[in-house]
Order: sequence, then C-alpha cells, then structure tokens
Amino acid sequence: MSEQASQATLGRAVLTEPRLRASVFEGRGLKSRLLTGFTWFLAALAALPLISVIYMLVAKGGARISWETLTALPPAAFEFGGGIGPAIVGTLVMVLIGSLISIPVGILAAIYLAEVAPSSRLAQVARFLAKVLTGFPSILAGVFVYAVLVISMRSYSAIAGGISLAVLMLPTVILTAEEALKQVPQRMKDAAYGMGCTRAQVIGKVTLPTATPGIITGVLLAVAGASGESAPLLFTALFSSYYISGLEGLAEPTASLSILIYNFSGMPYDNQIELAWTASLVLVLMVLALNILARVLGRRKA
Amino acid sequence: MASNPFTEVVTKISKAPSSGEYAADKLLRGIVWACAAVILLLVAYIVFELGRQAFPAIIRFGIDFLIGTTWDVQKQTFGILPEIWGTLFSSLLALLLGGGLGVAMAIFLTQDFLDDRVSNVFRTVVEMLAAIPSVVYGLWGIYVLIPLIRPASQWLNETLGWIPLFGTSLSGPGMAPAALVLAVMILPTVAAISVDAFRRVPYKVKEAAYGMGTTRWEAILKVMLPTASSGILAALVLGFGRALGETMALAMLIGNSNQISLSLFAPANTLASLLASSFPEAGPLEVKALMYAALALLAITLLVNILGLWVMKAATRKFEGKA
Repeated sequence: MSEQASQATLGRAVLTEPRLRASVFEGRGLKSRLLTGFTWFLAALAALPLISVIYMLVAKGGARISWETLTALPPAAFEFGGGIGPAIVGTLVMVLIGSLISIPVGILAAIYLAEVAPSSRLAQVARFLAKVLTGFPSILAGVFVYAVLVISMRSYSAIAGGISLAVLMLPTVILTAEEALKQVPQRMKDAAYGMGCTRAQVIGKVTLPTATPGIITGVLLAVAGASGESAPLLFTALFSSYYISGLEGLAEPTASLSILIYNFSGMPYDNQIELAWTASLVLVLMVLALNILARVLGRRKA
Repeated sequence: MASNPFTEVVTKISKAPSSGEYAADKLLRGIVWACAAVILLLVAYIVFELGRQAFPAIIRFGIDFLIGTTWDVQKQTFGILPEIWGTLFSSLLALLLGGGLGVAMAIFLTQDFLDDRVSNVFRTVVEMLAAIPSVVYGLWGIYVLIPLIRPASQWLNETLGWIPLFGTSLSGPGMAPAALVLAVMILPTVAAISVDAFRRVPYKVKEAAYGMGTTRWEAILKVMLPTASSGILAALVLGFGRALGETMALAMLIGNSNQISLSLFAPANTLASLLASSFPEAGPLEVKALMYAALALLAITLLVNILGLWVMKAATRKFEGKA
C-alpha cells in the first residue's frame, strides 16, 4: 500500500513537465551574456590605442608629407622647414647591415638545428638560447655593442648600429627559419636520399627551395622588427644631421628615423614635433609594409 | 632473360656521390655547425663583456649598488634601488592591465565568439599593435595619453589622495602613462601565446563541457581556463619579461626621476630608461656603474625569460600524446 503511494509520487515527479526554455533573466544565462558583452568591451578597448595612434599619425604626420620633407636635412633649433632625409637613409643602411650579417648566419644555424643534428647537445642549447634571446632587452644589445665596438673604434658608427640590430634579428631569423625547414615533408627528403644525394645536396636542392617562402616570411618579420628599433641605436649609431657620405661614412655617427623621433619629441619647437610625427608615419608605414608582405608570402605557402 | 626494367632509368638519374660531393657535404656541415655555435658564443660574449666592463664598479660599489637610492655624478655615488623598484612596479602594473586584456583577447579569438571575418579583424589589430615601434608609442604617450589622463589624475588625487596609489597628481611624465603604454605593448605577446595555449586544449574537452549543459562562460571559466592555465601562465611570465626590458617608450614617459614612490602619478625610473638617458653623456666611472646596472637588468630579464620558457615547456608537454 505505502509502496504504491510512493510509486505514485515518483511518477508525478517524473511526469511534471520539465522547463525546456531558459528565461532571459535566469542567473546562469544572464551571467554568460553579461560576460560576453564585457569581453566585447575589452576587445574594443584593446583596439582603441591602435585607432588613436593611427589617427594621430595620419592627422599630424600626414600634414607634412612632401618630397621636400622626405629628402631635406633636419632643421636646427629655431629653423623652419627641414626634413628627415638622412634619417630614412640611415635606417635603411643600418637595417641592411644588420640583415647582411644576421640572415645568412641565422639560416645556416637553422639548417643545423632543423636538418643536420636536431637533437644534438649543441642544437638543444642553441635553440634554448635563441628563445631566451627573443626576450633580450634591446637596449642591452646597444650596451654590448658599445662595449665591444664603439669603445675600440672610438666613434659611434653605422656599422656599430647595424651590428647591434643583427644581434636582435638573429634569434628571430633562426627560430622562424628552423620552423619553416621543419615543415618540409620527410618523404621528399627521403626520396632525394634514395637517389644517392649527400646531405648537402638534399639541403641545397630540396629542403631549402621548398622552405624558402616560410624562411622569407620569418626574415621579413625580423627586418620589420629591426627597422622600428631605437634603443640599440641610441649609443651605437647616435645621430647625425647629414647624409652618409660614401663607404667611410659608415664609420661615422648616423641618423635613424627612430632616434630622430626620440630626439625631436622632447624639443619645445612645433616644427621639430611635427617632423617627429612625420617620421613616425614613415617608420610605421615601412614596418607595416614589411609585415603585410611577410603575411602575404606566408599565406601563399599555407 | 628477365631484365630489370629499371636499370636504364636508375643508372641515369642516381649515382653514388663523388668525392668532391662528399667534401662539399663535410664543408656544409662544418659551416652550419659553426653558425649554430655562433649563438652560444654570442650569449657567452655578451655576459662576459658586460661582466668585464662592470667589474670595476662591482668591486668598488659591491652590493650597496643594488640597495643604494642615490645616483649622483658629482658625489660619485651610484645606487639603483629606485630603478629596480620602478622596473618591477611598472612591469607589474602593465601585466595587470595588458595581461588581463591579452588573455581576454585570446578567449575572444579562440572561443567561437566571432565568425572568421570579424576574428581576422581583431587578429590584425593585435598584430598591428605589436608592429608599432616603441618610440612611436612614446610620442603618442607624450602628446595624447598624458594630456588625456591628467584631469583624471587630479581628480583622483583630490578625492582619494589618502590612498598611496593616488598620493600625487600627474604633472607631466609619470608612472601611470608609462605603465599604460607598456600594457598596450605587452598585450600582443600575452594574447599570441595565450591563443596557442587555448588551441592546444583538445576540442573534445569543450564538447564534453557543453554536453553537460554548461553555458558558454561556464565552459570557458571552469573548463577551458583551468586546462590552459599553464600555457597562460607562460604567456604572462614572458609578457612580464618583455615589459622589464622595454626601453624607449618608458624613457620618454616615465620622467626619469630617481625616487621610490607608490603613487601612480609620480615620476619614476627604470633600469632600461636609466641606461637610455644617462649613457650618452656619462663620464668614465658612471659608464662602469651603468654597465653594472645593465648586468642587473640582464640578470633579471634572463631569469624571468628562462622561467617563462620552462613553464611553457611544461605546458606544451601536458597535451603531447593525449589529444
């Protein structure tokens, strides 16, 4: 009898229609929706500085863009006009020096890490140190090159600036090139070995050509990063108001866009501050162009 | 009789390497070995050279250098405690803001909030934030950010001045603009590494959570975040390491003032910006002292970075062979 009754209550409990529709203001759903809104807010907040920076670059820097500004010498304190010509050339020259050193060494080191002896002791240590160096403060590269080169050459120079950029580019080139080389399918290499190729031939004729797009992407990202660097140039290349003159000019102080921005930003003259904005616009366009190129090439590979 | 149909083809295409090719192979192996060794030598040389340059200062000032609070060229006394404090304080503030935003951005990008086109927009935003050079952020900070937060700092100082954080008002450069810009600069680092951390979580983990009837945020907060936590920790540590070494924007925004203050609106200094602002005009002894400071910065950043890489390795290993 009592058993029957309990079964009846159980039946009623089960048969009560479950609520299959969430109410808008139910705690859990509401919380979820509020958090989603908050995340949208945070993401928009993160985009805000970018929008503001770009607006300022276009509004303030764009105003002074002209052939004259891009080629003229920087103005002296009370002068009007002037330009950022030597700084553009200086940045390009020093990034070129840095690239000429770091790209070959970096790619060859990456070949060792990815192809020749991936799990050797040397490769493991080198890979770890390259990763550590990606977080290496850029100013310390400047201090290091100052201690090694500037003191012994007794002069600030484009060469010293370029070498300090090379120190910063090297780990990026190594790590991205290693990653690109590792993407090459093993069976392609096996096929080449099966034909009697030596390791050098496999690397030169199969691995490197196949990995080239990926390597170029990494290299371009390293170059873009180096173009925007300023801390390492501060006391290796210093600054100069004149164009680099010939090859001997490489051993003399050299202007760069980033140091020009740094120097002019603190000056109490409107003319210099406007030029700092123009230089920023040119520098950002340069860096972004390299970045976009890197992404486009990287996407084609994938 | 039964001839090998491949003989002809095989002999034409493949052959054993000649001795010249063996030599070339040896040579290439030697060269790439040397290039891999370059990075070891480079790191060793950096540590050795900074140590050698700083050695006279280490002998002369010893441990007092690290706990001294004055940097006076006239009296030839040098101490970097305010700089160490400023470096850690600014990086910590940046980590609170930029780290939080970075992780939120990673959740936003990986947890199916957006269709592909919108998420590409936000991914580009993060990449562009990373691409803008440090000096440009500095310039932006001077002419946009400082004027923007100065009224707020005055109000906070007047109404909440009894809290040490708001103990002074912003007269120009100071800790708050520096930390804000720093936060923007480490956001991409934290976001990128956190995105990888979320991607490593096997999809079935999330499916299981949804199958239990969780809401989207219950799945994120109670399942995804804890599962990806070690990777996110690595992102935060590496972002912190990035903040410690950041130079130019800080040199332009922090005010280069040798003092220890809890106030967000007081000028301060960091190791990197001390190097940037004092190095070009330093005398002989001051250069030695600056080398000592550089060595201290190197030690701190190496420590934090190695810790971050170690956490990341542990985090990556967690899902190997399980997914």
